[in-house]
Amino acid sequence: MQTTHQLCTFFLADLFVGLDVSQVQEVVRHQTLTRVPLAPGSLRGLLNLRGQIVLTIDLRRCFGLRDDPGDPLPMHVVALAGDEVVSLLVDRIGDILEVNDSSFEGVPETVYGTARELIRGAYKLEDQLLLELDLEKAVAIAEGGSQNGRTPNLAGQEMQVSLPQRNTLRKGNAS
Amino acid sequence: MNLVGELVLARNQVLQSAAGQTDATLQDPVQRINLITGELQESVMRTRMQPIATVWNRLPRVARDLALALGKEVRLTLEGKDTGLDRSIIESIKDPLTHLLRNALDHGIETPEVRRQRGKPIEGHVHLRAYHEGGQVNIEMSDDGGGIDPQRVGLKAVERGLLSREQLGRLAERELLQMIFLPGFSTAEKVTDVSGRGVGMDVVKTNIEKLGGAIDVQSRPGQGTAVRIKIPLTLAIIPALLVTAGGDRYAIPQASLLELVRLEPGEARGRMEELCGMPVYRLRGTLLPVVYLNRLLDVETADPSGLGSVTIVVLQAGSRPFGLVVDEVHDTQEIVVKALARPLRSIPLYAGATILGDGRVALILDVVGLAQRARVVSEGRDASAAAPKGTPSEPGEVRRALLVCGGGEEQRVAIQLSQVQRLEVIPSSAVEWADGRQVVQYRGGLLSLVWLDGVARDGPGPLHVIVSSQEGRLIGLVVGHIFDTVEAGSAVQQTGSRPGLLGSAVIQQRVTDLIDLPALLQSARPDLFEAGSLSGRV
Repeated sequence: MQTTHQLCTFFLADLFVGLDVSQVQEVVRHQTLTRVPLAPGSLRGLLNLRGQIVLTIDLRRCFGLRDDPGDPLPMHVVALAGDEVVSLLVDRIGDILEVNDSSFEGVPETVYGTARELIRGAYKLEDQLLLELDLEKAVAIAEGGSQNGRTPNLAGQEMQVSLPQRNTLRKGNAS
Repeated sequence: MNLVGELVLARNQVLQSAAGQTDATLQDPVQRINLITGELQESVMRTRMQPIATVWNRLPRVARDLALALGKEVRLTLEGKDTGLDRSIIESIKDPLTHLLRNALDHGIETPEVRRQRGKPIEGHVHLRAYHEGGQVNIEMSDDGGGIDPQRVGLKAVERGLLSREQLGRLAERELLQMIFLPGFSTAEKVTDVSGRGVGMDVVKTNIEKLGGAIDVQSRPGQGTAVRIKIPLTLAIIPALLVTAGGDRYAIPQASLLELVRLEPGEARGRMEELCGMPVYRLRGTLLPVVYLNRLLDVETADPSGLGSVTIVVLQAGSRPFGLVVDEVHDTQEIVVKALARPLRSIPLYAGATILGDGRVALILDVVGLAQRARVVSEGRDASAAAPKGTPSEPGEVRRALLVCGGGEEQRVAIQLSQVQRLEVIPSSAVEWADGRQVVQYRGGLLSLVWLDGVARDGPGPLHVIVSSQEGRLIGLVVGHIFDTVEAGSAVQQTGSRPGLLGSAVIQQRVTDLIDLPALLQSARPDLFEAGSLSGRV
């Protein structure tokens, strides 16, 4: 008998990514984010979800993709990472897809750099590859990132996380 | 319990919406709700708060039994046992605290032979301290044991494959120490029955973090270790001042707030000065080191030219006040302190987060974290230029040798070297009580001790004492730390307001209080200065 999974899917630039539905709490539209200065670049800010303060992770930044200047209204996938609720900033939401375990394979060769750490593997669909997100890893990587980009991985590998240039207006001091 | 917190937030939102309206039939019930919510909140908090003594009371027994089993001698002191904690937290910290105590006794405090060899008093000292600060409970456990060697920790981490050899070379000592919180970690030479493999720091950390708290460890190999735990008070509803910096709003716990100063454009230029590269503000007789919130946060400021009006929030962190420049100040609100998401807890500037009346999230600033980071910023700025040993002199002024010491919590004082007889380092175990006062046996007589404001009286570490002779008697001033001797001009910035305080000056880029030692000692112990004292006892 074939086992199947249901994945909640979404888009990050050209990447088609999915997350097991059991981890997904809900999907919400663009919310007002309170930024957290001095936090690693991938931690975009905090949002108010019915009274609960939820940390928002910018998946594009996790994957080393440049910020998208075009789309002003990204979506939030609210998910459960371990015992903490986080929201993932994504470009667009896709459908809930049922995938076959038999179509699952390890991380494809075409995925390189940081993305390899973030993906559990990929499902081979008819016309495209669906990458399955490793949520706990994504949170750990977002947390461990620094503002200037280098993320030492405790397992001994160093990863380059390319962060987009922030538009910080640094004005001269008042004295 | 959470319900009350949610009620408070909803009450804030209702108040905010109703503020703009004049309908009396709305205002009356809104005010009722406001009052009732306040009372409910207070009453619930009271019923839920318990003193930490509930947990602590068993610890001396644990310590005694353990010390006996291990053949060590240990003294356990407790400070702040009335500090209140929410009922649910009390239960949850029992185990972590017990575990930390076991670790301190088992792996921290050395055997009497080793201690004797190291010139330490045979009896080890473990000190527990609890206090509230800015909506959080702080619990510190410090010992005067062997400390944790960061190098050994690093090597163990490499051994366990948690770190590569080249990374080991690059990590700072502080970062190496953090490795002890990794799962499956232990540097114990041998396994003892008592605390297993010294295992569990990762478990302790997980348990603390489950409560929304954070844990940190500091150590000096050979001298001791200090573990600090911070836990947010659930149902911490505190009054806070809302300010703006870089376009965002932040909350500052009112408990740390001393006052607000607003300088109009002309005034600002006049009263704000720069002394030795650090901005300061002259506030009625004290020099206030000033930091800019937008710089600390690395965000844009609303006033890049610096020519507009300046708003300074005067805050107290530990013993020394400092000024925080913000873009704008708003009102004071009662806010519900919510723990920060775990990934953000390591940022020292934030104590938590809250939801404001308009539904937006605002970060709560950690005043102690602000003060510490401000020091880093101001010291770092001049780190590249070699710091001159003293301050430059004005023509015609007398230059004197000053002894610079630390008081409590980053406070600095300077004493004329001519007033100092000797500098001594005395183990805290040597302090005895005579006639209701603390003394040490010194050179055949008794040295009376006076503690400088802010210096902990009960810590396990050795005492740094400045001995001076007053009217034939030796009196010792206990300071936190003795830094350096500098030569400085006598340009005192302001006259002091307390006895013994001459004023303050900037020495080695730090605001330093100038002390007149005889006057200070006299005001602390007038009995020792009476001519022809009748006490007879030395």
